[in-house]
Amino acid sequence: MTASRSPAVATAPLLTLRGVRKSFGATQALKGVNLDLVPGQVHALIGENGAGKSTLMKVLSGAHAADAGEMTLEGRPYRPEGPLHARSLGVCMIYQELALAGHLSVMENILLGIEPTRGPLLNWREMGAVSRRALDEVGLERIDPAALVEDLSLAEQQLIEIARAVAFGCKVLVLDEPTSSLTQKDVRNLFALVNRLKAKGVAVVYISHALEEVEELCQAFTVMRDGETVGHGVVGEVPVSKIIAMMVGRDVSDLYPRSIRTAGEPIVELTALAGAKFPRNASLTLHRGEVVGIAGLIGAGRTETLRALFGLDAVTGGTIRIHGQPTAPAGPGVRWSQGIGLVSEDRKTEGLAQNLSIAENLTLSKLEGLGPWRFVRPSRQRAAAEPWIKAFPIKCQSGDQPIEALSGGNQQKVAIARLLHHDCDVLLLDEPTRGIDVGSKAQIYAWIDKLALGDPATGKPPKAVLVVSSYLPELLGICDRIAVMSRGTLGEAKPVADWSEHSLMLAAVGQS
Amino acid sequence: MSASSPAPSPSSSVATASPSGSITGNRLLQFAGRLAALAAVYLFFAFLTPEGKGFTSDANTQLMLQDIAVVAMAAIGMTIIIISGGIDLAAGSIIALAMITTAWVLNLDHNGVKLVTTHPQLLSLAAIAAAVLVASTVGLINGMLVTGLRLVPFIVTLGTMQMARGLAKMVSNEQNIYPPSVVQDLWISRVLDPARTLHTFPFLPPAVWLVIVAATLAALFLRYTRLGRHIFAVGSNEKTAILCGVPVVRTKIAVYVIGGFFAGLAGVIFFARLGSIGQPTEAIGFELFVIAAAVIGGASLLGGRGTILGTMIGALIITILRNGGVKMGWPQYVQEMVMGAVIIIAVAIDNLRNRRRT
Repeated sequence: MTASRSPAVATAPLLTLRGVRKSFGATQALKGVNLDLVPGQVHALIGENGAGKSTLMKVLSGAHAADAGEMTLEGRPYRPEGPLHARSLGVCMIYQELALAGHLSVMENILLGIEPTRGPLLNWREMGAVSRRALDEVGLERIDPAALVEDLSLAEQQLIEIARAVAFGCKVLVLDEPTSSLTQKDVRNLFALVNRLKAKGVAVVYISHALEEVEELCQAFTVMRDGETVGHGVVGEVPVSKIIAMMVGRDVSDLYPRSIRTAGEPIVELTALAGAKFPRNASLTLHRGEVVGIAGLIGAGRTETLRALFGLDAVTGGTIRIHGQPTAPAGPGVRWSQGIGLVSEDRKTEGLAQNLSIAENLTLSKLEGLGPWRFVRPSRQRAAAEPWIKAFPIKCQSGDQPIEALSGGNQQKVAIARLLHHDCDVLLLDEPTRGIDVGSKAQIYAWIDKLALGDPATGKPPKAVLVVSSYLPELLGICDRIAVMSRGTLGEAKPVADWSEHSLMLAAVGQS
Repeated sequence: MSASSPAPSPSSSVATASPSGSITGNRLLQFAGRLAALAAVYLFFAFLTPEGKGFTSDANTQLMLQDIAVVAMAAIGMTIIIISGGIDLAAGSIIALAMITTAWVLNLDHNGVKLVTTHPQLLSLAAIAAAVLVASTVGLINGMLVTGLRLVPFIVTLGTMQMARGLAKMVSNEQNIYPPSVVQDLWISRVLDPARTLHTFPFLPPAVWLVIVAATLAALFLRYTRLGRHIFAVGSNEKTAILCGVPVVRTKIAVYVIGGFFAGLAGVIFFARLGSIGQPTEAIGFELFVIAAAVIGGASLLGGRGTILGTMIGALIITILRNGGVKMGWPQYVQEMVMGAVIIIAVAIDNLRNRRRT
């Protein structure tokens, strides 16, 4: 890719990386990384999971030492000895998992490690004043420095981490997928803050999967693949499809396959379904051979609807019919036996048992038939997982590997493959592609399409798929019908042709 | 990409073949590490105990085997509980309660005649059945409290530990129970009797054989049954287990009943170990040795990890340490400190190894 440089950026680079390499044993995590960061610019670092972004950030922050290559900060060689050293030189990281002490106050967190003292004692007045300034600078005027961090929302905590970076006087700020757990409104706040820091001359590195965020916020981008920087350029000059092609190393002409499908008989019918808090009123008919999407804001009750239907949460009202038969509220065990399976939105803490093997996770809901009587033969268990590992494909050494050794995308494929092993008729997918790489996304979309279509050759009947997603292009791309949930009430499921991103957003905020 | 399935990658099928060996290899390596630790502990005492103390003598080996039988039997149940993410602090009290129950049944009389003198076989069987039943019932109560009240197992079993101990004292009137002397000659008292020699069949005392059989069955149960796999799933991630329709409540209750069952068997063996006497104040703190055996054997207190074979090695290490310490002539306090250090070192090494692997 050509290194076309925006004419607006005439400043000398603040931080440069040339041919940075890093190996762990036999694995080369970084095989040659070049990066130029300019003050007052937001630089997007894009790449699939496993492309080496995290390793690169750890090298930048001093958590790992580079094996080879050159790094300079403000023209001088930059060799951080550790995160604290990097921080004192002005390079700060904000990781996805926030690093705050919940039981301590905001000011203690902001000044952790650099507390002002008077003699042997903490200078509390100075701490209050310094943190007040830092908070004001990130637009958190409403936060009291004496408040406890655990009482704040996740978005506020994230901003406090950034305030901490500001208090340290950072010149380079690295944000690792900062919006992955934020609501739309919090994302706006965060973007406003990033733009303010940019105006102050901070060089911001923005790691994200969401290309539309990159288009909105960033000026320059660098794409990483397999531990190398494979392209860079100016945002807006390079078409998105080309950026995606750089990320996956091949052309993804159509990310969202949608075959011509015909809806069959209804499998699941919800009438005025209500849960303890959410949903308040959810009515929906799901037919064989269709993909139905549920859009809406985070916290509108979409996940709760799936969980109530699946028996993970209590049902307090309404009726559920499955295959035309009314069914009482029941636990997941019963739902599985009725041919319904659910992929949790949280694969780390709920969806998958991290230290169990792939085969173990994949077959957990249905160990029946893997041995005589109530026995389970491990060889049969592995054999049952094998075809899915191959067909998806799930990238792994073997079915015996623990889940935690896989990338997020491959973990998610295991979570979905569980439903296929169970041969469910109804697939409830809660945010099935959140936080996973584009390649895995494409595979999952293709599978959803394939399942909803059925396979006459093998006699596999079409399945019904219900998808909850916050990513509107995805819903518009793969669904036949979409319903919008707003404050616990599910709207009518209308054909996808009747929707646009705009109208979905309006419906989500209750303005349709 | 249209409706066609994603192209199957030929590389993935190749990749699945070879490295699966490395995962089994890893397990083998861990097992070898534990065996090496066991050998090291044994050799340490074999070489360093004073000549005349006879650590390696047949008589002392028989003695150690007797001790191992009790710890190992209870540790089988404890391992299963720990794999499920639980803990049983009541194990020591359950052992004592089972031992008292055994003695109590063997001491029953009818019109002033000790029943065991007229029906020795029947009473022996009844004593074992009663002991195991009482122990399993305590386990059942543990399981129901843990699942029904949603209390932490640590707290529940801390409570039932006291209650089971109290019950043992109540049944025995806070006194030792001495069944009639005929009991001394019954097989129930002789399960720990040394084999004629350690070098001819059957080599080991009956109770040790019983432990070997029980451990094998338990290992097979964990590996080859649905309930066994469910126990691992619940311990590894309870939420995932719920999501997958695993009957979590039933699984947990079963686990504590199994734990009680094995502690009950350990109690019966303990009765023989004490010379056919029921002592309500024995086996205090015994659960710590049992937990230590499981943990040294590689079981994770966070659940989802542990093996019966590892636990058996852990039980051997614990017993050798206790016996060896005595033979070395170490004072009690030194023995206790050494035991504590060994537990911490064993778990630390395990931890390090796991961290390096990921």
